[in-house]
Amino acid sequence: MKAPDADAGAGTTGAPPWPAAAAAVGEIASPAQPARWLDGLRDGLLGARGVQHWGGAIALVAVGLLLPFLLGSFRLELVAKYLCLAFPAVGIVLLWGQTGILSLGQGLFFGMGGYFMAMFLKLEATTHSDSSQALSQFYGSTLPDFMVWNSVETLPWFWKPFQSLPLSLAAILIVPPLTAMATSYFPFRRRVGGVYFSIVTLALASVASIVIIGQQGYTGGVNGITDFKSFAGMDLESPRVSWGLYYVTVALLVGVVLFGRAVMNSRLGKILRAVRDREDRVRFSGYDPAMFKAAIFAVAALFSAIGGALFSLQVGLASPSLVGIVPSVEMVICAAVGGRLSLVGGVVGTVLVYAAKTFFSEHFAQYWLYFIGALFILVVVFLPRGLAGALEQLRGARARRAERA
Amino acid sequence: MTFDTIAMQVFNGLSLFTVLVLMALGLAIVFGLMGVINMAHGELMAMGAYATYATAALFERFFPSLMGIYFLVGIVVAFVVTFVFGYALERGLIRFLYKRPLDTMLATWGLGLILQQLFRSVFGPREVGVPTERWLEGAWHITGSISLPLGRIFIIGLTIVVSATVYLLLFRSRWGLRIRAVTQNRDMSGAAGINTARVDAVTFAFGCGLAGIAGSSFTMLASTGPTTGQQYVVDTFIVVVFGGVDSLLGTFLSAFLISQQQSGLELFLTGSMAKAAMLLMVIVVLYFRPNGLFAMRVRR
Amino acid sequence: MNGALLEVEDVTVSFDGFRAVDNLSLSVARNELRVVIGPNGAGKTTLLDMICGKTRPSHGRIRFGGHDLTSKAEHEITRLGVGRKFQTPSTYEDLTVLENLEISYPQHRGVIGSFFFQRTAEVQRRIEEVAAEVHLEHELHTNAGRLSHGEKQWLEIGMLLMQDPQLLLLDEPVAGMSPHERQQTALLLSAIARGRAMVVIEHDMHFVEAIAHKVTVLHQGKLLCEGSMQEIQGDQRVIDVYLGD
Repeated sequence: MKAPDADAGAGTTGAPPWPAAAAAVGEIASPAQPARWLDGLRDGLLGARGVQHWGGAIALVAVGLLLPFLLGSFRLELVAKYLCLAFPAVGIVLLWGQTGILSLGQGLFFGMGGYFMAMFLKLEATTHSDSSQALSQFYGSTLPDFMVWNSVETLPWFWKPFQSLPLSLAAILIVPPLTAMATSYFPFRRRVGGVYFSIVTLALASVASIVIIGQQGYTGGVNGITDFKSFAGMDLESPRVSWGLYYVTVALLVGVVLFGRAVMNSRLGKILRAVRDREDRVRFSGYDPAMFKAAIFAVAALFSAIGGALFSLQVGLASPSLVGIVPSVEMVICAAVGGRLSLVGGVVGTVLVYAAKTFFSEHFAQYWLYFIGALFILVVVFLPRGLAGALEQLRGARARRAERA
Repeated sequence: MTFDTIAMQVFNGLSLFTVLVLMALGLAIVFGLMGVINMAHGELMAMGAYATYATAALFERFFPSLMGIYFLVGIVVAFVVTFVFGYALERGLIRFLYKRPLDTMLATWGLGLILQQLFRSVFGPREVGVPTERWLEGAWHITGSISLPLGRIFIIGLTIVVSATVYLLLFRSRWGLRIRAVTQNRDMSGAAGINTARVDAVTFAFGCGLAGIAGSSFTMLASTGPTTGQQYVVDTFIVVVFGGVDSLLGTFLSAFLISQQQSGLELFLTGSMAKAAMLLMVIVVLYFRPNGLFAMRVRR
Repeated sequence: MNGALLEVEDVTVSFDGFRAVDNLSLSVARNELRVVIGPNGAGKTTLLDMICGKTRPSHGRIRFGGHDLTSKAEHEITRLGVGRKFQTPSTYEDLTVLENLEISYPQHRGVIGSFFFQRTAEVQRRIEEVAAEVHLEHELHTNAGRLSHGEKQWLEIGMLLMQDPQLLLLDEPVAGMSPHERQQTALLLSAIARGRAMVVIEHDMHFVEAIAHKVTVLHQGKLLCEGSMQEIQGDQRVIDVYLGD
């Protein structure tokens, strides 16, 4: 397979997600790609192998776009929920698969996005004269209901910014990545790595969940924040708005995956993989691994926060059950199932895992933990590169058989 | 704040300390010596607690006259059950994942989930408690307002005994020598005739057994449910990391510091905020001493 | 201008009580190729470790071109123009020779910069130029992991050249090479030393003789003797202590 451009190397140009997993089978790091990633995109779209791989991803997107026409609103909301939970998984693919950092606390950032959005929606519901909630009106107060129930008298200072949409959006996009950088750069500089860092992320998610549950009056406690009516005037219960939000989610998810692709194909991606495999060597090439690790941790945090915000919008709930250790570890297994080296794999893995969860909770509630527990063990032991990796191995085997024939 | 309040707070901190130190010692052996992260360690503690509960139920049913000693038997049963389970676990799963600590974390987390559901199916979703032994009822009244429940005193004593035993076993016994040899230089130990596979399995099993004892003593403090283990696993990891993974003494001291810090904070903050504050403080300290509070200077 | 480029002043470091380097001082000028020799455990590698930032001395100062390197991080020292080659070849095994050289290109080394980095014609030209210098121009698309031991050493030297350092630290650059490869490497190193300062650790005395401007002998972490190769070979202390060749 000779590519015209001498730099292109073996035809894995343009790099749709699956070849990344392909290169990983056998070698750990990057496929040979051109550094001109725009050219690579073009080659990927038009090159023979590219079409084959892009085909898979495009088919998935097409299915995603058609789903609102095929599913009822209940099922559609479920799919929307899955897609929101795919955002942290995509971040974990970049963080863990590419850079080797296992964060067991992405729920913290998902929760930030989710709660910030929820706070905005809740204030809109309780203060907008057209949509004030009956309960608040009954109590003669414009505070969220749970605050009234907990005898909170005035709106706490950290709620006030969320009366404004621009400030809320800014919070969602800025606070999580900033927190991620601040809590990780200095530990990374001090060479806190691997297992220790994972335990710290575990502890952070745990702290977040404990605080949210404990501070009922300010956060809604274990029940979370719910009962939203509208988003910037748009009625959240109308099918048109639901559909609109759904398409926005799909578009953002595609955007996030494409951004991840661009990172993986660029020099930045090479350095991240080098940091994963040979962190000490990378220093002597003049790169500061701490900066790179903190940056990618921030990117993963940003993705998780976006997912969380969309979740609040579509599912109508921000809850500590998506913030603590259990959901955070679940997000990791979603990425592991799909393939930790494949961005699209992360999305597919999330949908499969949470669809399974829904299925089990509807029919065999008591077997869910057995299923997911076994999944953890089996994927880690037998499928370290997830479904994407397994698919690549099959493809590789089939190609070898075809060559021999 | 009277002396009495402080004294009671210290004592309450000691109760938490006993649970943490037994869990942490087991984890430190498994993590510090073998580099294995067992996220199901909490469930092993729960296993020990449930084993004690089962022993109580068994005695109540079949040997009611011997109820006076059920608890002591329960401790032994807890150790044996978790030891055997740990041995099987090491042989069946852990040994395939030695070079992959992050993967070990995930696989053992999955195992923990399975165990949680198993507990729920066998023992029910609600928490279970064990009857207090008659000879442990009541308290030691030191002064008018300081009274220390005998049950807790017993547990503190048990913890000290177990910790001392662990120390003696690891540093003064033949077996401990083998363990330390294998963890420091596996190839040479094998060449010297030590069955490294068996040492690994026994070491891991012993760490699990300690968790079992932790669970058994936990039954004196509170009731046990399927998710009890999960509540303590983060704390236990923090204790081990904070104390310096290489040092058992560090683990011991770290457990003491953290439990006292926690109960001290509870004087000022609510339970949940105290826990959050404690975890945050530890994370901050870890920044300054990434190898743990008591670790020796490591070559940069 | 031939002033001292690298100055090591009274440097000491101990590991758990063992003094690996003991009050060592030396200085290397621009255009100088200094070889450091000594028996095993003399502190040679530790010396290089301290200069490039891998180990921090407990005492003393290390100055390079007006900068104080003593407490800086490795990547900062690298960016100041110090290049280190390790005893065991450490290239990026999964990347091709081309990519290994490219990743050493000394620009866009920040997060944002590396995201937008393009392999322009200038970069390509420089990579081909360096590859030719280290005899790897025909192996550009070979995975570094597949190179022979000697080729890996050359690749590492090539990666250093890409960084365009002012000070090169080479730890046993010809270990495992055939005599022919050693000859080629000797020529290569002598050519590279022009305009730069170089510190080389080696055991092969013929090789040392071929390239050294000046030789420093270390023993038990201390400076034993310094001078030209002839002076060293005639020095009784060196003969007593260093029973090699």
